[in-house]
Amino acid sequence: MIEAQGVVKIFGGRTILHGIDATFETGKTNLIIGKSGSGKTVLLKSLVGLYDIDGGDIHYDGRSTISLNRKQKDQLRREVGMLFQGSALFDSKTVEENVRFPLDMFTDMSLEERRERANFCLQRVNIINSNHLYPSEISGGMQKRVAIARAIALNPKYLFCDEPNSGLDPVTASVIDELISEITKEYGITTIMNTHDMNSVFSIGEKIIFISEGNKAWEGSSDTIVDSGCQQLEEFIHTTRNIVKHLK
Amino acid sequence: MFLLKPINHIGQYTLFLGQTLRKPEKWNVFGRNILAEIDKVGVDSLGIVTLISLFVGAVITIQTANNLDNPFIPTYTVGFAARECIILEFSPTIICLVLAGKVGSNISSEIGTMRITEQIDALDIMGVNSAGYLAAPKIIAMIISVPLLVIYSIAIGIYGGYLAGKFTGLVPPDDFIYGIHFSLKPHYIPYSLFKSTIFGFIIASISSYCGYYTKGGALEVGKSSTTAVVISSIVILMFNLVITQLILS
Repeated sequence: MIEAQGVVKIFGGRTILHGIDATFETGKTNLIIGKSGSGKTVLLKSLVGLYDIDGGDIHYDGRSTISLNRKQKDQLRREVGMLFQGSALFDSKTVEENVRFPLDMFTDMSLEERRERANFCLQRVNIINSNHLYPSEISGGMQKRVAIARAIALNPKYLFCDEPNSGLDPVTASVIDELISEITKEYGITTIMNTHDMNSVFSIGEKIIFISEGNKAWEGSSDTIVDSGCQQLEEFIHTTRNIVKHLK
Repeated sequence: MFLLKPINHIGQYTLFLGQTLRKPEKWNVFGRNILAEIDKVGVDSLGIVTLISLFVGAVITIQTANNLDNPFIPTYTVGFAARECIILEFSPTIICLVLAGKVGSNISSEIGTMRITEQIDALDIMGVNSAGYLAAPKIIAMIISVPLLVIYSIAIGIYGGYLAGKFTGLVPPDDFIYGIHFSLKPHYIPYSLFKSTIFGFIIASISSYCGYYTKGGALEVGKSSTTAVVISSIVILMFNLVITQLILS
């Protein structure tokens, strides 16, 4: 479980997050939703430790991140997997080398064992016979799946996904969503996913936090989101629905 | 106020170096990365170093010979002057300025692209010391490769001078070789290698720093690359003056 307590983030004198309190539950797909510029990426990057917070605290299963020293933080990061918006695969490494990278860096496994583990992770995300290819030689959807394989290589306890289905066609986006949801259940991971895609919200969202202008405006589940009583959230959902209706 | 920005950069650069010099996560991965970088920054630069050294060595010889038309000055002086120019200044300084352009821009754009495509964030998330993982092997590779390239450049430069003297008929080969051996001060070689080691460190560390702190998109990667080359060149010239004054004066 990850708890955010009064998280404040300021950039250049401008407050982006105004004291956000939220709890992200273990074994569930926790979604952070909101309009572009609402602060959801800043919240995700603050939770994962890419940004130092200016106020409040973040607890990983009771471990306060502000009281951890550098070594403990590095240790904690080895329990974290992250899927970036643009996949962030290493250009100079092949698909297999990308997935093997965390194993090369942090385990004492033999090369044979590392390759076996990398292949297992690749098969889990349905990537077969592409081990020797470079990221530039595979599609965007495949890159996302390789990035998921890399993120789960070290059996993480926490998985962070920054708009994982952006730039993908709806079918591939749905495949990525399902994969994240399945992996979350299978390994009992605390997954936090940042999205503005309502399809993801209704298909895999178990716990949802709606961010508006740097504040937590609503918290609930996909069952209660339609009758949230939160005006900003209703506007957000209706705008998305109107676009879908218009397209129909 | 105008001094604030450079001071800020010097502070950030020092912190970056501190982060770079932390103990690597895995020594065997670190060793492999150093070898890969030596191949990239050293071996891949052999072509350009050969070409520049050969031609500049030849030009130094021809120009010196054409300017020393006094019959009281012996022709071996041309070989002597070419040797001094090549060992003291051309190979350690000019070759390093060329490397700042070739290798420095490459390092900066490589790390800068990794920054804007979130690959560095991915390393940080995994708990890898990204500055150490990316910059330290490049710095060590440059410290090893640049002095070797400079020795190679000295040899090729002098050979270029010899060929130019021989084929233009301006300096007879025996006179040129005599001039090369004439009044040789052995401490010039370690001075030259020491200088180039410092310049190698400057090129790799400044270029890595510029790339590592790139913000924005493709345009900024290009700007970082240019900044890396300009700053490295200026710092090389400044250190050249300081080291020469300290060691040779």
